[in-house]
Amino acid sequence: MKRPRDFFASRLGIVVVGILIGCLAATLQKLGNFANMGICVACFTRDIAGALGLHRAAAVQYLRPEIPAFCLGAFLAAVLFREFRPRTGSAPMVRFVLGMFAMIGALVFLGCPWRALLRLAGGDGNALFGLAGLAGGVFVGLQFLKAGFSLGRSYPTRTVAGLALPFIMLVLVILAVLYPQFGPEGQAALFRSKGGPGAAAAPVIWSLSFGLIIGFLAQRTRFCTVGGIRDVILMRDYHLLSGVGGLLVAAFVLNLVYGQFHPGFAGQPAAHTTQLLNFGGMLLAGLCFTLAGGCPGRQVFLSGEGDADAGMFVLGMLIGAAVAHNFQMVGTQPTAPYIVIIGLVIVCLIGILGRERSAPER
Amino acid sequence: MTETVDVRGLSCPQPVMMTRKALQHTQADEVRVLVDTMTQVHNCTRAAEALGWQASYEEKQGAFELTLRR
Repeated sequence: MKRPRDFFASRLGIVVVGILIGCLAATLQKLGNFANMGICVACFTRDIAGALGLHRAAAVQYLRPEIPAFCLGAFLAAVLFREFRPRTGSAPMVRFVLGMFAMIGALVFLGCPWRALLRLAGGDGNALFGLAGLAGGVFVGLQFLKAGFSLGRSYPTRTVAGLALPFIMLVLVILAVLYPQFGPEGQAALFRSKGGPGAAAAPVIWSLSFGLIIGFLAQRTRFCTVGGIRDVILMRDYHLLSGVGGLLVAAFVLNLVYGQFHPGFAGQPAAHTTQLLNFGGMLLAGLCFTLAGGCPGRQVFLSGEGDADAGMFVLGMLIGAAVAHNFQMVGTQPTAPYIVIIGLVIVCLIGILGRERSAPER
Repeated sequence: MTETVDVRGLSCPQPVMMTRKALQHTQADEVRVLVDTMTQVHNCTRAAEALGWQASYEEKQGAFELTLRR
């Protein structure tokens, strides 16, 4: 019998890793990534959707190496520490839909939970409304969970099923490094922004190596922003949230050092001041993340350790990003308020229909 | 008397919720929790220790058996 202890599972471990992630995120901004966007999973997955030609928003098309690097870093950690466990079967299609709406909600706010923290650390007061919405979404999601919501059990599966998404991510890394053109520029993948947030990028080598480090350490510590909020509401457990706090403080301090701290509400980079949408977008996203079991970063890391259901959530985010831009649902675009309401209705229906008693055990 | 909770394959936070529920309602002095990842070993341990229980685990056929004692 062993006592479950290791450094990465300790409070100190997760705080140190949170601080490191905050430092790397702020540094990626210094190296060229768009302001307050250091390692935004929503923004960068959206940029990848653009690079692949899934949407036509010219300002946000770039095959970001960070996202596939997160997955591969987590994959390496999982293999190295014998935690790579191919598994699937926990309502993958529902997770795909949750991933789509999570992304749509996040893009109304303009950022994932990590970016909400990075925006706050950069002085963007609008992030407070997003974070409030996120906490609200987590709270609502927990009510569904307490009422018996479950996506069901996953089961061990063949290794190849667990390798599928990490393999796709490996291909994306190769494409990100080589950036080959598959036809006339601007007409066939890969697309690449000439201006706007998509054109603001750190050198590939830094994006890639920082992404691998973050993926590796986040897999070891189970770093999760949504889990941080959830565990405090659920049982006053501050373990995961202390890592989130480390990220916020470290990014704030480094932003001061780098001259990247600009407090205010109006004129913040890739942000808007329609607070109801900031709140509502993240309310929707937070609800989706909670029902699916973790924040977007965590879903990417889980997919790296063989969780094919989390992989479906990640693919859902990719398609959700394309849908969000193609149907003008991003930020304060015309369709945004409607899709937030529609999304909340649909995801609440998922919450109600997904109660355990309506899904008998196999 | 030993009670067993099977949380294998469930997403966060269900394993922790089920473990807490079992610990809060059981009359037993020992509760076994079947989990399939080290993540859940740590999560359920943290939840149990917060309620004053002690945890140990062993690996069994690719999964883990967590033993919680008052």
